[in-house]
Amino acid sequence: MKAAKGITSRAHPLWLAYILHRLSGLALALFLPLHFWVLAMAMTDPVRLDGFLHLTEAAAVKIAEFGLVFLLAIHMFGGLRLIAMEWLPWSAPQKTLAAGATAGSFCIAILFFMKAI
Amino acid sequence: MLSLRLYMFQRLSALLTAPFVVGHLAVMIYAIQGGLSAAEILERTQGSVLWFLFYGIFVVAVSIHGAIGLRAIALEWGGLKGAALEGFMWLVGLGLLALGARAVWAVTFSQGVGV
Amino acid sequence: MTAEVLKVTIQRDADRVETFDVPAYENQTVLDVVSWVQQNADPTLSYRFACRVGMCGSCAMMVNGVPRWTCRTHISKVVDGNAVMIGPLRNLPVIKDLAVDMDPFFDKWVAAEGVHHGALTRDDEIAPVHETSATRVEANAGIECINCSVCYAACDTVASNPDYLGPAALQRAWTLLNDAKDEGRVAILDAVSGSGGCHNCHSMGSCTMYCPNELNPMSAIAGLKRETAKNFFKRGR
Repeated sequence: MKAAKGITSRAHPLWLAYILHRLSGLALALFLPLHFWVLAMAMTDPVRLDGFLHLTEAAAVKIAEFGLVFLLAIHMFGGLRLIAMEWLPWSAPQKTLAAGATAGSFCIAILFFMKAI
Repeated sequence: MLSLRLYMFQRLSALLTAPFVVGHLAVMIYAIQGGLSAAEILERTQGSVLWFLFYGIFVVAVSIHGAIGLRAIALEWGGLKGAALEGFMWLVGLGLLALGARAVWAVTFSQGVGV
Repeated sequence: MTAEVLKVTIQRDADRVETFDVPAYENQTVLDVVSWVQQNADPTLSYRFACRVGMCGSCAMMVNGVPRWTCRTHISKVVDGNAVMIGPLRNLPVIKDLAVDMDPFFDKWVAAEGVHHGALTRDDEIAPVHETSATRVEANAGIECINCSVCYAACDTVASNPDYLGPAALQRAWTLLNDAKDEGRVAILDAVSGSGGCHNCHSMGSCTMYCPNELNPMSAIAGLKRETAKNFFKRGR
């Protein structure tokens, strides 16, 4: 019944970029209070903070951390793409190229940085 | 929901946040080499005006950005309207700001200036 | 087409559908199928069309969950096996069966200042229009809109925020903003900066994706965002 009402084929790149941006933003906003709370333990309960920081060595937490870094990077590039689209009077292919080049060089820089240290 | 003013705050806070995000990512990648410890973090940040400003401005920009972003989601997916919607935005913004400011203080000057 | 008979499911009410067997032909549009049902199976079926050639913008419907101009959509392009699901346009109140009330759509068109703001009288010279100027190129990009409301039905932001003016009205505002003959700049920028204005758009691009005339409302809305942002820096509001 619902089929005729909704849009069943949303799966085009711009819509996916939108939903990715929204969900990553939502997840980051939900994570932030926890992040701030744990860091504030430096003041209130340093021993417990160390306990939390040791958790980061567990595999599951490492994966979650990777997820967060990923969310942050996606949200930032998605957002910069959006601002470029709205504020720079370039053609669409130029913007796609610029976004791709930026994201690509960022990935290479990160890889290099991780190798270097 | 988004008037021009909120839109501008949202975009400008985003542009302000972007370099901090890059810096934050870089510090994270650097800091997790060889594990994290409270002592290591505090050694870097405690008593530092620069880190206080870095994280301080970051927190302010993120609080604005997060509050306006969650406002859009509350309206479009949560059906919140009118005063409840505005109240929600302010609650999120001030809540993030308070928690964030407390965390920044904790890692910079909570043990006194120049420790 | 291999099937002899099409299974055409039509939404008759919020939670009632009816399926009709419609003979399949080599050349057949979605509108032809709906007309066949009305003429041969159920004369009470309500739907709307006029020109049948993609000019008038009155026959848009949801076809298998996607908004389409039904008079220019060949049935072979949309059938799933031999079945097709047809419903009233999304994001607008249904009057009956496949006919929706277009009032909110056109009210928003006016609310976005999508009206002519003239300054000259019949006694003035006709203002020259430079066909190749940057603003004229922008204006030309949007003038082929036929008000079919396909973009409005495609937009998830309209769906979740009923105050949002929507892609068609905003594209009209952008077209007029770039039109050398239109003097409504201040009124237009104010109209698109309010709580239902262009800043609600998340650039998800479904409007541009589904526009049957291949217009680009998303980039028109981006243009409005750019102009209002420039204005914000200039006037501080």
